[in-house]
Amino acid sequence: MPTDTDAPITPANLVRQPGGDTFVSRAVTIDRSRDELYAFWRNFSNLARLMDNVERIEVLDERRSHWVVKGPAGADIEWDSLVVEDEPGRRIAWRADEDAEIRNSGWVEFRDAPPGRGTEVHAVIEYDAPGGVVGRLIAKLFQREPNTQTRRELRRFKQLMETGEISTSEGPRGAGRHEPSESKES
Amino acid sequence: MRALTWHGKHDVRVETVDDPKIVNPRDLILKVTATAICGSDLHIYDSFIPSMMPGDVLGHEFMGEVVEVGPSLRGEGDNAPLKKGDRVVVPFNIACGNCRPCKTGQFSGCDNSNPADKADISEVAYGHAVAGIFGYSHMTGGYAGGQAEYVRVPYGDVGPLKVPDGLTDEQVLFLSDIFPTGWMAAENCGIQPGDTVAVWGCGPVGQFAIRSAFLQGAGKVIAIDHHANRLALARAAGAEVLDYHEVKVREALTELTGGNGPDACIDAVGLEAHGFSPDNVVDAAKAAVRLATDRTHVLREVIMACRKGGHVSVPGVYGGITDKFPVGAFMEKGLTMKTGQTHTQKYMRQLLELIQEGRLDPTFVISHRLPLEEAAEGYRIFKDKQDEVTKVVLRP
Repeated sequence: MPTDTDAPITPANLVRQPGGDTFVSRAVTIDRSRDELYAFWRNFSNLARLMDNVERIEVLDERRSHWVVKGPAGADIEWDSLVVEDEPGRRIAWRADEDAEIRNSGWVEFRDAPPGRGTEVHAVIEYDAPGGVVGRLIAKLFQREPNTQTRRELRRFKQLMETGEISTSEGPRGAGRHEPSESKES
Repeated sequence: MRALTWHGKHDVRVETVDDPKIVNPRDLILKVTATAICGSDLHIYDSFIPSMMPGDVLGHEFMGEVVEVGPSLRGEGDNAPLKKGDRVVVPFNIACGNCRPCKTGQFSGCDNSNPADKADISEVAYGHAVAGIFGYSHMTGGYAGGQAEYVRVPYGDVGPLKVPDGLTDEQVLFLSDIFPTGWMAAENCGIQPGDTVAVWGCGPVGQFAIRSAFLQGAGKVIAIDHHANRLALARAAGAEVLDYHEVKVREALTELTGGNGPDACIDAVGLEAHGFSPDNVVDAAKAAVRLATDRTHVLREVIMACRKGGHVSVPGVYGGITDKFPVGAFMEKGLTMKTGQTHTQKYMRQLLELIQEGRLDPTFVISHRLPLEEAAEGYRIFKDKQDEVTKVVLRP
């Protein structure tokens, strides 16, 4: 996967790499400084608020965090993630432990938008699930529209950083119909 | 609480649903004192708007009293947060006030008010996610609407406008949508003093567009419809009127403008154009089998009628795709077209001043007043008796 900060971002936001990994990229502009956005992201426990399937993220030390994701049939999938690149205010890259059930890695970059127009956030996530029946189940769950997941996570990131809350239409809408909560109050 | 809910084509019901509650830090809860049925609610009633779910509470024109306030409303001084007991009118579209579109006055393009999961629908359909709207399908956020006893108002520190004492609900209710929508429709015409503006559709938005065009300097306004009551309201505002059942609209407009065509043309009809022109019949047949969703007869006609170099303004709602778009006329005549959901928040204060100065009394448009309990009947008559009904106001 590309790691050069000046490398052009692929215009296709979902690409299957030759090795079989699934590769997602997306960008969003947020009206906040690079430093603010970097600081929020670098504290990985914050990210659970933005993500649909993540139960919790525990920060273990400066470089390591432990991720717990809701798995199929109530079984959780867990792994440790390691920060492999860290440029304050600029870029964070991470990679799951070698023994993780789902190999995954990614990076996020914070680039100045045109003057007065905030910060461009570019994110790339790569997943690779193991083979076999379990692997296919996990892949189905974890890669359930990885494109969609990334898109929603970045939208929530923008909402939270710009407005202080995550937009939701949760609440009663009619007789006998209730949707699962999407609320993540600050 | 009691609320008007949607269940399918021509099936809306007043039912008991759960009360709304504060969910996010900048929310308000409003006790609704007055609400109205919008022409665009009829697009939902007629099932032209996708991504509706049974049980959705409708209504995007409403006002009321603040009964609960979230913990973190922003603002100070003149923009100090609202308090319990304040009387407010609420814009139909939801805007965060913090994103770049909001900061540049493009409130209906708010980046943040459509929840992350709902925003997928319009990103796929339109290329970009649209902003949230109260009670107007899940494409625009799935927010419960205000044809109810209570409503949750997200970003309550951005949209709702405090109503000064001495003004009745009916005088200010239409600041929520149709007055600003008619005003922006006229503004999108780039009116120069003495211009002639033609307005297709004399429903509520058309009526406000007619009056706004005069206030913005139009010398002549020509109004087009076929309902006598609506044409009479247009005439009362000083417009010349054309009944499209009686005259050929384009020929009449050309003659009424000395052969030039109107300087600006407003499509205040949108995707459910009536009439029996050949293109409309084809569109209606396609819509019936879901080949295309929008009947765009009026959009074609405004482009064909407009003078060279003129402005075409489209406040009428469209949601899908069309064909037979007269792109040649649009290009060769050098037209300017402006459209979009209204940036309501940008106009409410200045239009409130016009009301206070007595320069426009919005109550002229009201033809029917019903209790909320009879809202379903309100929809029925608004749909079936347009020659009697111009605007239905509901009281919870």
